[in-house]
Amino acid sequence: MIDEETGATIPVAPDRPISDEIAISVQELDITYRTTFEKKPTLKQAIVRLGRGKRSVKTVEALKNVSFDVNRGSVLGIVGHNGAGKSTLMRAIAGIVPPTNGRIEVVGRTSTLLSLGVGFNRALTGRENVILGGLAAGLTKDELEDRYERIAEFAGLGDFIDMPMNTYSSGMGARLAFSVAVHLDPDILLIDEALSTGDAVFKEKATERMQELVDNSSTMLLISHALRTIINMSTECIWLDHGKLMMRGNPEEVVDAYTEFVHVKKTSATMNDM
Amino acid sequence: MTNPVPTETRPVQVFLPHRAGLPRLVPYFSNLWKRRHFAVELSRASMRSAHTNTFFGQFWLVIGPALNAGVYFLLVSVIRGGNAGPDFFMHLLAGLFAFNFIQAVMSNGATSVTKGGNLVLNTAFPLLLLPFSALRTAFFRFVPSLIILLGFFIYFDYFGAQSQACDAVTGVCEELNTIHFTPIMFMAIPALLLIFIFAAGLSALMASVQIYFRDTTQLLPYATRIWLYLSPVLYYADQMKPWMLKLEILNPLYPLLGIWSETLVEGTIPPLTWWLGSAAWAFGSLFIGVFFFMSREREFAVRI
Repeated sequence: MIDEETGATIPVAPDRPISDEIAISVQELDITYRTTFEKKPTLKQAIVRLGRGKRSVKTVEALKNVSFDVNRGSVLGIVGHNGAGKSTLMRAIAGIVPPTNGRIEVVGRTSTLLSLGVGFNRALTGRENVILGGLAAGLTKDELEDRYERIAEFAGLGDFIDMPMNTYSSGMGARLAFSVAVHLDPDILLIDEALSTGDAVFKEKATERMQELVDNSSTMLLISHALRTIINMSTECIWLDHGKLMMRGNPEEVVDAYTEFVHVKKTSATMNDM
Repeated sequence: MTNPVPTETRPVQVFLPHRAGLPRLVPYFSNLWKRRHFAVELSRASMRSAHTNTFFGQFWLVIGPALNAGVYFLLVSVIRGGNAGPDFFMHLLAGLFAFNFIQAVMSNGATSVTKGGNLVLNTAFPLLLLPFSALRTAFFRFVPSLIILLGFFIYFDYFGAQSQACDAVTGVCEELNTIHFTPIMFMAIPALLLIFIFAAGLSALMASVQIYFRDTTQLLPYATRIWLYLSPVLYYADQMKPWMLKLEILNPLYPLLGIWSETLVEGTIPPLTWWLGSAAWAFGSLFIGVFFFMSREREFAVRI
């Protein structure tokens, strides 16, 4: 599918079989962060607090009573304003952040694409970083050996692959990171805003690869501010607002409700990047 | 859509609220073992990237301890005067290298989780891999100092035989050098193993303490220096004041560095109580460090 205004290729959700089996079940999930006021807790602050006889704790309710199931085979889009709890929800499903209340059940191996270049060390070569990033993401050594050539070829860095990463442009670094991330082949893929990477040529390739992932991975959760991507790629959509689940349903309808709620017109700018 | 993994074999993960409790141990440790290559690669990466901008590069791993040995040789044998024999110099060097290893484990371990912010926030893995990776790094930095130590052993064993002190009146000669290769030296291997286990626990403990008190890394250099002066490294255990000796029951390094130095340098078998004391400190440290870390680690992602 081609976007009439920008001419870019847009990924399209295939007619995929969605099974009755549940891949992810989120039940009455609350997540509350208890953070001390100081950004970094120090001994001095602790002693001062001790003197005053109170603890300075600030609670942030990131998610409030969120429940939903995701069937195997579906692509769930997640929309919401910055700080709505989208990333927290992803981290909870990945098992990084524990629930404060409620229960999460996940069937299958999850892979997170929450941030690009996790575990990379800029003093090392691209090749070494592929190994490091791949192991960080949970691949085994053998799996990495099998996939290394594909990853390197996909990144398309040429001879730069054997140069230290601090000689890369930021786009090149992102390409390598993206390439590692999309070659993980998990049962459940969690993606947080990783689609807009690199130059036009790479973007095209990235979009194609995302499409393949949608076709192959059994279940996918997708956070994006590019609402058109949500509409086109996902089979279902949820909308979070200040940690509450506002709506769940057909992507088109949810996005409509969301855009109406935040009073923006569905212009090209908001649809492609919001 | 094809799916290679049949439903029955898919792992089911359940995430529930917790209150500073331990995760289920068998899956945790099996996962830890499965992901060990990541810890190894992380440690390798940090070692490879550490000296990339220096002229001597990886040679610093050997140059560092060699210079360290030089400094102490200057201090002990030149500045302080000749009455300290090679055995004291070797006692000092062996103790100091082992102590530096423990010190490096503590400081690297302390920052291992806080430094890995992006990784901890975005990837699910047993976080215990991070302090263990720091342990590996410190150990592989320590190994070259063993080579320096071996060099001195060869030197003293070969050349030291000629250094004799002969009494001018009686004509009886006494050998000054006591540094020789003996089979007892092999007992330094279990001693080193106990030091390693002790350090592993400290690494995990420091990593979790650093999460709650970011001042830890600032205090650590002073704390370790005091620890060094309180331990029989720069002097022999029998040179300690009696009241200090009594307190040494509280110092893990007293038996741990004791068995290390006695087996390696003095060539004597340390008393059984030292071995038992060392083992108790080593496994106690591992147990407390690892379980404290594990009971807290699910909170770390929120705190960094």
